[in-house]
Amino acid sequence: MSCILVVEEARRDGSTRVFQETLAAGRRLAELTGLAVEAAGVGEPGRNIFAQITGAQPAAGHAIRHELLAAYTADGYTLAFEQLIRRLEPRYVLFPHSYQARDFVPGLAARFGQALIGDVTAIGEGPTFARQLYQGRMHATYRHAGGGPCFLSIQNGAFRADEGAGGTMPVSEFTPALEPAQIRTRPGTPFRETAQTVDLSSAQRIVGVGRGIKDAEKLPLVEDLAGALGAELGASRPICDNGWLPMERQVGSSGQTVAPKLYLAVGISGAIQHLVGMKGSQCIVAINKDPDAPIFEVADYGIVGDLFEVVPALTEAVKAAR
Amino acid sequence: MKIVVAIKQVPDRDAAIRMAPGAKEIDERELQWAMNEPDAYALEEALQLKEKHGGEVIVASAGPERVGTTIREALAKGADRAIHIVADDLGARDALGVARLLARAVAPESPDLVLTGLQSEDRGEGQTGVILAELLGLPHATLILHVDRTETGLRVKRELEEGWHQWIEMPIPAVLTMQSGGNKLRYATLMGIKRAKAKELRAVSAAELGVDATPAIVLEGMAAPQKQKSTQILRGSPREAAAELVEKLKTEARVL
Ligand SMILES: Cc1cc2nc3c(=O)[nH]c(=O)nc-3n(C[C@H](O)[C@H](O)[C@H](O)COP(=O)(O)OP(=O)(O)OC[C@H]3O[C@@H](n4cnc5c(N)ncnc54)[C@H](O)[C@@H]3O)c2cc1C
Repeated sequence: MSCILVVEEARRDGSTRVFQETLAAGRRLAELTGLAVEAAGVGEPGRNIFAQITGAQPAAGHAIRHELLAAYTADGYTLAFEQLIRRLEPRYVLFPHSYQARDFVPGLAARFGQALIGDVTAIGEGPTFARQLYQGRMHATYRHAGGGPCFLSIQNGAFRADEGAGGTMPVSEFTPALEPAQIRTRPGTPFRETAQTVDLSSAQRIVGVGRGIKDAEKLPLVEDLAGALGAELGASRPICDNGWLPMERQVGSSGQTVAPKLYLAVGISGAIQHLVGMKGSQCIVAINKDPDAPIFEVADYGIVGDLFEVVPALTEAVKAAR
Repeated sequence: MKIVVAIKQVPDRDAAIRMAPGAKEIDERELQWAMNEPDAYALEEALQLKEKHGGEVIVASAGPERVGTTIREALAKGADRAIHIVADDLGARDALGVARLLARAVAPESPDLVLTGLQSEDRGEGQTGVILAELLGLPHATLILHVDRTETGLRVKRELEEGWHQWIEMPIPAVLTMQSGGNKLRYATLMGIKRAKAKELRAVSAAELGVDATPAIVLEGMAAPQKQKSTQILRGSPREAAAELVEKLKTEARVL
């Protein structure tokens, strides 16, 4: 019965891309272990949870249905998946590394005496699991010590979803035993803070500024560069957290996703939460004083140096060339 | 309200991270250390809740001797007392092992609220708070930006992906993991630093807590990251590098 169980999650817009990527990670693990891939997901009655799966189909699907799971809660999901996992006894359980998985999977794993291997970027022989440490400045590989299911969450974009034609698979229904009193939190309806007045997603060029700028008073330096390039100003999270630039200029997993022709990262280290928001840019330039900064891993061009010297020089060079 | 804040000491953000021989640890010899930033936000929230509603703020931190400096910093910012779980082997424990230590040390305090950062800047696992809730048998919420006290418990603002948010109502006692940016962080005042010296800092050894240290997850090794793209590094003086970059952006990348 031992299998690789891959858990479905749909985005607010209905997209299941991260689930499909997690399925691809499951298939990779299947190659290495010879185990079969099965899928599980939560859904309201009548919804075919697995309808969007493209490429090779899992061997089986498990549709978890319960009225107390209509809105996500950590309590509800932990109980439901605990029961399903005790029934199926999978060897591996894979989740997309989403905010939702972060919210309940560590507790679910603890219930089985396990710790999650989170935000996995690659799966190797063994199997071993790779993830980043120190905000992307180090990579590490981990092994599960065995005994009990191994819980994994898979980094967004780390595996490529299988794009072949879909198919069908046997789906069984699973109704967990849940009582209203077991759900201790009451979640409200998701909302967006303010109407966005800056749409970075359609900008052709963006200058992204990070904590390397040190001080709000130094921002005119990058504003001048953006002006010379005809670019919009974007920022990493700490800049917006500090209130130096409005939230709507934040690029990354909790901000906007952008894909301009040119993204110029100034004093940004390149944490994964920032990279997911801009790595689709056509051309990426990084200016950073640290030659080992992870931003250089995705950059086409880089200048290693002090931004307070490089940025004014670049502004001049751009003006001269135009 | 009695609030426990779990804080971690991590390498300073600007510190160079180098591997120690054996590739299982980083070289700690010349590192500067700092309070994990999301934990600093958790501490700030706790101090503000205390200012509004009264009570006590207790910080708990696991780690070797050096962690004392970060604990003193928290006391200087306004925490009332501290528990230092003295452990030299945190790196060998997985997230469950570390959370077990914290849970054992925190449970006898019977806090109304346990706060911690949503993840650490070193291992970045983001699991400690959620596992703590599980081990303490408390409800929890993660990625919290704002906390209101209500008649029956808490109303908290949770960050969701891509700029979305959500309010959650929950009873206390509870565990929350804090996201950065919800508050302005305070600095320790000179007076605070002076007062901190007289505050209670209780040390308890990991061995005394009697927690199983056998990890379910084992680190095989570490390596420097590999580049996904071949980056052209432009050298020379700032002026030379800038001029070459503009030329390449025009003629090679054609994005100007
Ligand atoms: C759930 C979650 C969601 C998040 N969402 C986002 C998000 O949407 N967007 C986002 O950006 N982050 C997000 N983050 C935060 C993210 O993890 C990083 O902390 C953040 O991106 C770091 O910002 P930074 O690169 O500006 O700062 P740092 O990491 O501090 O990097 C500063 C960089 O500047 C360089 N530097 C310093 N001085 C100079 C100088 N004089 N000249 C040149 N270079 C210099 C340094 O070498 C360093 O590389 C999120 C985190 C979490 C946990």
